[in-house]
Amino acid sequence: MGYDQTKMNTQLLKFTKKGIYCEPGDFYIDPWRPVGKAVITHAHSDHARFGHKQYLAHHHSVPVLHQRLGKVQVQGINYNETIQLNGVKISLHPAGHIIGSSQIRVEYQGEVWCVSGDYKTDPDPVAQDFEPVKCHTFITECTFGLPIYKWPTEEEVVAQIEGWWRENQLKGKVSLLSAYALGKAQRVLSLLNQSIGKIYCHGAVDTVNQIHQQMGFLQGNFPYLNPSTSKDEIKGALVIAPPSAIGSTWVNKLRPFSVGIASGWMTLRGSKRRQNVDRGFVLSDHADWPGLNSAIKATGASRVICTHGYTDTFSEWLSQSGYEAVSEKTLFEGENLDAKSAEE
Amino acid sequence: MKMFASLFEALDQTTKTNDRIDALVNYLESASEKDKLWAIALLAGKRPKRKVNSTRIKEWAAEEAGLPMWLFEESYHVVGDMAETISLILPYSEGEDEQDLSAWMESILNIADATEEVKREFIINSWKKLSKRERHVFNKLIGGSFRIGVSQKTMVKALSKYTGKEENELAHRIMGNWSPETHTYQSLIVDTTGNEDLSKPYPFYLAYQLDEKSDFDVNPNEWFAERKWDGIRGQLIKRSGEIFVWTRGEELVTEKYPEFELLNEHLPDGVAIDGEIIPYKDGKVLAFNDLQKRIGRKTIGKKLLADVPIVMIAYDLIEFEGADIRQEALSSRRDKLERVVSITKHPNLLLSELVPFGTEEDLLHERENSRKHSSEGLMLKRKSSDYKVGRKRGDWWKWKVDPLVIDAVMIYAMRGHGRRANLYTDYTFAVWNDNELVPFTKAYSGLTDNEFLQVDRFVKSNIIEKFGPVRSVKPELVFEIAFEGIAKSNRHKSGISLRFPRMSRWRKDKKPNEANTLQDLMEMLENYG
Repeated sequence: MGYDQTKMNTQLLKFTKKGIYCEPGDFYIDPWRPVGKAVITHAHSDHARFGHKQYLAHHHSVPVLHQRLGKVQVQGINYNETIQLNGVKISLHPAGHIIGSSQIRVEYQGEVWCVSGDYKTDPDPVAQDFEPVKCHTFITECTFGLPIYKWPTEEEVVAQIEGWWRENQLKGKVSLLSAYALGKAQRVLSLLNQSIGKIYCHGAVDTVNQIHQQMGFLQGNFPYLNPSTSKDEIKGALVIAPPSAIGSTWVNKLRPFSVGIASGWMTLRGSKRRQNVDRGFVLSDHADWPGLNSAIKATGASRVICTHGYTDTFSEWLSQSGYEAVSEKTLFEGENLDAKSAEE
Repeated sequence: MKMFASLFEALDQTTKTNDRIDALVNYLESASEKDKLWAIALLAGKRPKRKVNSTRIKEWAAEEAGLPMWLFEESYHVVGDMAETISLILPYSEGEDEQDLSAWMESILNIADATEEVKREFIINSWKKLSKRERHVFNKLIGGSFRIGVSQKTMVKALSKYTGKEENELAHRIMGNWSPETHTYQSLIVDTTGNEDLSKPYPFYLAYQLDEKSDFDVNPNEWFAERKWDGIRGQLIKRSGEIFVWTRGEELVTEKYPEFELLNEHLPDGVAIDGEIIPYKDGKVLAFNDLQKRIGRKTIGKKLLADVPIVMIAYDLIEFEGADIRQEALSSRRDKLERVVSITKHPNLLLSELVPFGTEEDLLHERENSRKHSSEGLMLKRKSSDYKVGRKRGDWWKWKVDPLVIDAVMIYAMRGHGRRANLYTDYTFAVWNDNELVPFTKAYSGLTDNEFLQVDRFVKSNIIEKFGPVRSVKPELVFEIAFEGIAKSNRHKSGISLRFPRMSRWRKDKKPNEANTLQDLMEMLENYG
């Protein structure tokens, strides 16, 4: 398969207790224990954790990292900009997942590895489109690595959400939509027709909105739903809140309301029923089955390492399709539905 | 199929009864008479039997999707539903189908006797025509697994709202031995005269379990107490010289239980008796396990008939001398029942004896003794109660004996189905035999959603080995398993089988070595088996 195989270093990136480690460059990628130098794919909390001495990330991730991790030392760089660490070349490439999300390309002595982080191949108004990176070894997520996950088009999903919103307006209900505070919420806000009604946001979403707006990635007026917002004001409105808020008492003031969840897991009737929500919208910031397969093919890689998701099944599938594929354990979580787990 | 698939989705999308009724009424208002009848039949559980071998359907679907069979199976274990899995993996289709439900049903019924090649072509072409959600319904229909969680009550309410007819009347009309091939919407729902179905049973009245909230005085002047039997709820009907036996699942089982045919000579005409079908031999109630041997079989061999004879324990009479007497008080119905049973005077029809009591203490004592009588507990019924439709609080209560319990270690896990798709919720439990853990039961229920999530997380990070969909996990978690009965079994490695096992408590306070032993189970078998 494709790319030049002659100088394969099977250990350029290693899976260690602290995270994915590059020994010649002495840095980690999305480590889950405190380290010296951390290269960060994106700002979701299972990838960007506390406690590292130095962070390197795309410059669009920087404000979010500061907001979430406080005063940490972050170097921001552009896509396709190369920096060198002990002779190891590092560059970031759009992953299409959320704002600033990057695949990390690592090159050493002619050998190229790429860590996908979380990614999607579908377009997103708040994330730069995914660009395949040619490499020998591709480390990929596979949150939705089964052929049952195939996303409907964005237009289809937006029409469903808007239809549901209008229906609720007729019934005098608030439309309460559960979406990740970072990424999914802004994507939905950018896609919805704002003339249907007012859109309010939960505080956690609002904070992230402001960062997007300052950088010019989000247009519109989405007031923060604060304790003094009156019941009259929110009548017929759409409210966006993170999954953790849906089960809390915070929602009481929105009654009567209808709850919807925007998530790739809503593909399955069972997951929808388990969440006990009125409506499930299939909208994910991860690649679906066709997306994963086409992305992997486009890298030209001969070796693929699957991290989080249906790793065993997906790597078996890749092996049968002619790749050298394995799976590795990480602490990345992918898309999570349970309010009790991490926010992202 | 479009409209019916929308109805299916609307019903699936909400758990609120009123929204479901609205969705049903909407459908009834816009569907043709033929489609209405089919929808009623399907929602009432009258689904056509499987027309095509399900292994073939899986293979065709995997082939259409360009996937190897093992990947299809993996996907199925995550989705937990065959029809849904197929609808998800097939290539995208807009869905240009314009045929209505009855036309589809006709095609589906017609292919039953076709060659495999014809079936294949029909199914693949249908998939190409149908959208994802329509495929889902179609797959359920051809696979014989069409089911939707709409209670009979909801359905009857919707019909009543749509037709303006009484709910009780409608509940009775849609019961029994009809199908869209033998009836029209008009004859089933609307017509007042005509060919009444001779076998038609009445809707069953169901009791609630007694709990803390059901606070009332049980005094012998107002209440009957009876034993609660663990068999199949049934209705024994004799009309115009013919015997019919129905189960609560609305299955006509007359032929499965020839014991009741023998009553024909003796039983007065025009009666419907409500009772429990139980395995009974030499004056003793046998285990439910024995009854299970007969449930699945259509033709019963002589040996089985001799080994596991069945009888009905009669506890209510709802039709007498050809008249519906559900409005009469239970005490008066019971008088008539006693007369019917004594006139019949046949060993296959027993009367449910009243349990005499003076005070509530007496009842408590009788309840404690339930296992000695091979019964599950007591039934309490108000003497003045009429015979209601469906599950209603107030007049009938079941008061089960406390279950038996044992502490066991979870050793295997499998992903669940339905709302537990993609979660490890089906577990196998073991007890100690010396230093070995011996599996003895599976259980799927009893934990809260939250507990299931926690156990799921444990399983995912403690898998030892995979056997197909089964994962062996580190033997670390201890659960209290509650069950209603225990019996000897040759089919299980442990030598026992449990009746209705479930997880009653997660014993976070216990270490695996503190779980019970096989010896403990054997003692229970000795005492209660």
